[in-house]
Amino acid sequence: MNAQFWLTQAFNGISYGALLFLVGSGLSLIFGVMRIVNLSHGSYFLLGGYIALSVIWTTGSWLLAIPVAALIVALLGVVMERLFLRPLGFDPLRQVLLTVGFAFLFQQAALDIWTGNNFDINPPDALTKSIVVGGLYLPLYRIFMIGMAVVIGVILWLVMEKTRIGAAVRATVDDAQMARGVGIDTSRVSMLIFSLGALLAALGGVIGGAFLGVYPGLDFEMLPIAFAVVIIGGMGSLGGAAIGALIVGLADNFGKALFPELSYFTLYAPMALILAVKPTGLFGRE
Amino acid sequence: MTRQHIKVLIVVVALAAIAIVVPNTNSFVILLTTRALAFSILVMSLDILLGYTGLPSLGQAAYLGVGAYVTAILATRYQFGLGYDFWLVVALGILLAAALAAIFGLLAIRATGVYFLMITLALGQCVWGLAYRWNSLTGGDNGINLRARPKFGIDLANEVTFFYLVFGLFALSLLLMYTLVRSPFGQSLAGIRERELRMKILGYNTWLHKYIAFIVAGGFGGLSGVLWAHTAGIVSPENVVLTTSVDALLMAVLGGAGTLVGGVIGATIVFGLREYLSTLVPWWQYVLGAVYVLTILYLPTGLMGIPARIRQRRALTGNREAMKKMAPVTS
Amino acid sequence: MTSTLLRRLGPPLLGGLVALSLTPPANAAEELRIGYVAPTTGIFAQVGKDMVDGFQLYLDDVKSDFGGAKVKFIVEDEQAKPDTAVTRAKKLILQDRVHLLVGGLLASSGYALAPVSTADKTVYVVPVSAADDLTQRDLAKYPYMVRTGWSSSQPSHPFGQWACDQGYKKIAAIGADYAFGYEVIGGFQRAFEACGGQIIQKIWPPLGTKDFGPYIPTLRQDADAIFTLMVGPMSLQFPKQLAASGNKKPVIGGGTSYDEFVLPSMGDEVIGHISALQYSAALQTPKNEAFVKKYRAKYGKVPSYYSETNYTTAQMIHEVIKNNKGNFPGAEQFVKQLAALKLDTIRGPVTIDDMRNPVQNIYIKKVEKKKMFGYDKDELWNTVIKTYPNVSQFGQFNKDEFLKTPVYSRDFPPCKFCN
Repeated sequence: MNAQFWLTQAFNGISYGALLFLVGSGLSLIFGVMRIVNLSHGSYFLLGGYIALSVIWTTGSWLLAIPVAALIVALLGVVMERLFLRPLGFDPLRQVLLTVGFAFLFQQAALDIWTGNNFDINPPDALTKSIVVGGLYLPLYRIFMIGMAVVIGVILWLVMEKTRIGAAVRATVDDAQMARGVGIDTSRVSMLIFSLGALLAALGGVIGGAFLGVYPGLDFEMLPIAFAVVIIGGMGSLGGAAIGALIVGLADNFGKALFPELSYFTLYAPMALILAVKPTGLFGRE
Repeated sequence: MTRQHIKVLIVVVALAAIAIVVPNTNSFVILLTTRALAFSILVMSLDILLGYTGLPSLGQAAYLGVGAYVTAILATRYQFGLGYDFWLVVALGILLAAALAAIFGLLAIRATGVYFLMITLALGQCVWGLAYRWNSLTGGDNGINLRARPKFGIDLANEVTFFYLVFGLFALSLLLMYTLVRSPFGQSLAGIRERELRMKILGYNTWLHKYIAFIVAGGFGGLSGVLWAHTAGIVSPENVVLTTSVDALLMAVLGGAGTLVGGVIGATIVFGLREYLSTLVPWWQYVLGAVYVLTILYLPTGLMGIPARIRQRRALTGNREAMKKMAPVTS
Repeated sequence: MTSTLLRRLGPPLLGGLVALSLTPPANAAEELRIGYVAPTTGIFAQVGKDMVDGFQLYLDDVKSDFGGAKVKFIVEDEQAKPDTAVTRAKKLILQDRVHLLVGGLLASSGYALAPVSTADKTVYVVPVSAADDLTQRDLAKYPYMVRTGWSSSQPSHPFGQWACDQGYKKIAAIGADYAFGYEVIGGFQRAFEACGGQIIQKIWPPLGTKDFGPYIPTLRQDADAIFTLMVGPMSLQFPKQLAASGNKKPVIGGGTSYDEFVLPSMGDEVIGHISALQYSAALQTPKNEAFVKKYRAKYGKVPSYYSETNYTTAQMIHEVIKNNKGNFPGAEQFVKQLAALKLDTIRGPVTIDDMRNPVQNIYIKKVEKKKMFGYDKDELWNTVIKTYPNVSQFGQFNKDEFLKTPVYSRDFPPCKFCN
C-alpha cells in the first residue's frame, strides 16, 4: 500500500464523487425546496443515459447528446411536477408512492423502447486515453467528470448566490411561507427546482453512462446512493451535496478496497447514524 | 348493531368464506392465497405504524427478512425447526425481529414524516446490504434453500394443511392487532397520529408509545418472515430489497391505511395483479405502475375508505339539497 | 370516478379468479406441454428474451412437432426472483399440467426450482443455471433434474491447463463476488495450479460493481496475466477501465466476460482477450453458421450462449420424444433417456454424464475484429483458437476425489500464493 495506491484511490474516489454530485445535487435541491422524497430520481438518471444513446445512434454526436438528453428529461420533470405532484400538496407518503409508481412505469417503458441489452456510451476517442502524472495513470474521462462537476457546481452556486432567482430559491428553502409573504411565487420556484433536479440527474446519467453503462436496474441502484449523498451532506444545501458526494465517493472507494465484505454496510450505516443524530444532514438547514 | 359491529361481522364472514372456499379450489390458487396471507401479516404490521401511529416506514421488509433468514439458517445449518421445534422458530423469529426493531427504533423514532421515511429506508438498506454481502451467513445472492417443510403430527408439505396453518396464524395476528388498536394504548396511538403535540401536553410519553408500536410491528414482521420462508421454500436478499418495503406500503395504502383489513385487500389485489395478470399479458408492469399512481391520486383513503367517501358525498349533496330548499327565494 | 373504476375492474378480476380455480386439467395425449421459466421482465429481461428466443427458434424450425407430438410452449416470468420462479413453476405444474419444466436463469433460480421438481415429481431440464453443485454434491436430492447447459467450473478446468501451456506462471484473478464467480475462478485455480502455475491474488468486487477504481490499482504487478470473471454491465466496464489504467498484461477470463450477449457493446479494448466456454458464435461449422445467420435474420442480433443452449435443449428434448414415437414416457423414463442421449448439436457433440451434466467441447476463444459468415462489416467475434473435446464437469480430475473436496467458494481452493 504505497503512496501510489493511496493517491490513485483518492483520485478514483473523487471522480466517483463528482458523478454523485451531479445526481445528488438535484435531489438535494428538490428535497430542500419542495420537501419531496423523489423516488423516481434514479429513473431520470437512467433515462438521461438512454436518451443520450438514441441521440448518439441517430446523429453520431456525443456532444449533442448531453444537452438534448438533459433538456428532455427536464421537460419530463416539469410535466410530472405540474400534473401529478402539484395536486398532491405536501404529503410525503403519497409523494413517495407516486414517484415510485412512476419509477416502475419508466423502467418498463425503457425496457420496451431500448430493450434490455447492456449499453455503453462511447465518448470521443480523445477522452478515452489516460495521462501519466508522476507514475500515476489518470484516465482523462475521470478528469472530465471532475471538471464537469466543478463547472456545474460553480454555475449553480453563482445562480443561487448572485441572481434573483437564486435568492428566491434560497428564500423558499429557508421558509416557504415567509417567501410567499414577500411575494415570491413559490409554486414557480418549485417547478423550476424540480425540473432542474431532473436535468442534473439526466446530466449525471449521460456523463455516467460512459463510466457505469446504461442498463435496466441502474435506476434503482443509483437511487439509494443518491439519497446517501443528500442525507449525509444535508438536504437543500448545494455545498452540502458537494461535501456529501465527496464523502460517499471516497468512503465507497476506500471501503471497497480495504473492507470488501462490508461494502454496502459501510455506506448505509453512517447514513442511518447521521439521520438519527442530525436528521437534516451535516449541512442541512431546518 | 353499531357500524363497528357490522364491520367486524363482515370480516368474520369473509374469513370464514376464505377458510371454506379456498381449499376446494386448485393447488395454484391455494398457493397464491397462502402467499398473500403470509405477506398480509407484514402489511398489517405496517398499518399499525402507518395507519394508527402516523409513521410511514420504508423499511418494514427488514423484519420479514430477519424472520425469514432466521428460519432458513436454522433449518439448513442446524436442522432446527422442522418438527415441533417449528414453534420455537416462530417465537425466535418474532423475538429477533422485535429486537432489531428495538435497536432501529432508538435511531428512528425521534424522526417524523419525511425524515422517518428516509431513516427507515436507510436502515432497511443496511439489512439488505448485510443479507447481500455476508456470504458466509446468508448465502449472498444465492439465498438459502429450505429443503422441506416442517412435520409435526401434521405434514406441512401438504398445501392445504400449510394453508390452514398460515390462515390460522394470520387470523390470530389480525385478532391480536385488532385488540391492540382498540385498546387504550391503541387509542393513544391514534391520538399521536392526529396531534402529537396535544398528546405530549396531556402528559403522554409519546416517544415510548411510538417506540412500542415500532417494536410490535417489527415482531409481527418477523412472524410474516417465518411463514414466508416456508411458503416459497427459498430466502434471498430479494426479500429485503427496497421494493419489497415499498410494495408493503403500497398495499397498505391501496387497501386503506388505518383499517388493518385494508392491508389484506391491498395485498390480494397486488398479488392477484402480479401473478394472474402477468400470465396473461406482458405489459402488466404498466398496470401495476398505473395502480400505484391512480390510487395515490384518486383514492388516498384506499379501497376501504370508499364507503366513507360515498357517505360523505351523499351527505354533501344532501346538505346542498337541504340548503337549496331553505334558501330564501329572492323575489 | 373511483366507483366507476371499481365497477370496471371488479368483474374481470372476479371472473379471472373464478376462471383460475375452475380450469379443468388438460389431458390430450398427443400434446407435449413444456413449461418455461425465464425472466421476461425486470433487469434480466433481455437475457430472458434470448433464452426464450433460442428455444422458440427450434420450435419454429420443426413447426412445434416433436416426433408426432404437438408442443405447447408456455412461458412464465420469474423476474429473476427465486420465489417468483417457484410460484411460476408451481403454476405450470399444478395448473397447466406441464410434462416438462425448463429454464431458470440464475443459480438461485436453479436451486429454487430443483426442489420443486422433486416435490412434484416433474422433470426439470436446466439449460442455463450453472451452479456446480446442482449436478455434483446435491445431485441425489434432485432425481428429476437434468442439466443440458454447463457447470460454472466446466470450461475453467481445461482453460487452466491451456494457461500453463502458454507459459504463464503467475496469474492475478479478479471476479464478481458471488457463487458463480467463485466457481469459475476456483476451477481455473485448481487446474492452473495442478500444472505448476500460481494464482497470486484473488480480488472480489461485489456483483454489480461498475466503478473498478478501488480494485484495479491493487492488481499485483508481478502477475504474468490477469484472469477476470465479469457478468452483465461489469463485463462492459472492467476492460475499459483496465485499459485506461495503463494495463499491458494479457487478459484472459471466464466465458461470460466476453460472450456474445455483451460483445456487441464492447469496444476495441477487448481485442485479444481470451476466454473459455462451450460455445462461440464464431464457431466455424456449417451447423453453427446456419444457426447464426438464421438467428440474426430473425432477431437482429448474433446469438449468445443463452440462445444456443436453449436451442440445443429443445433439440435434445425432441430427440427423446421422437424415440418414444411422440409420446411422453413418464418423468423417470424421460430423465433416464435424456441422460443417455448422444447428440451432434450446434456447439458440437454432446453427451450427458452419469451425474446428469453435459460432456462437451470447450472452446478457447479470442476476441478479434473481422468479417465473418459473409457479413460485410468488421465486428468483434470470439474466434475459436483451440478445442478441448469431451470435457466433463470434472475435467481432467478424478470424479471421486473432486467430490470429496468442498464446492468452490471464496476460500476454496485456498490462495496459497497470495502474498
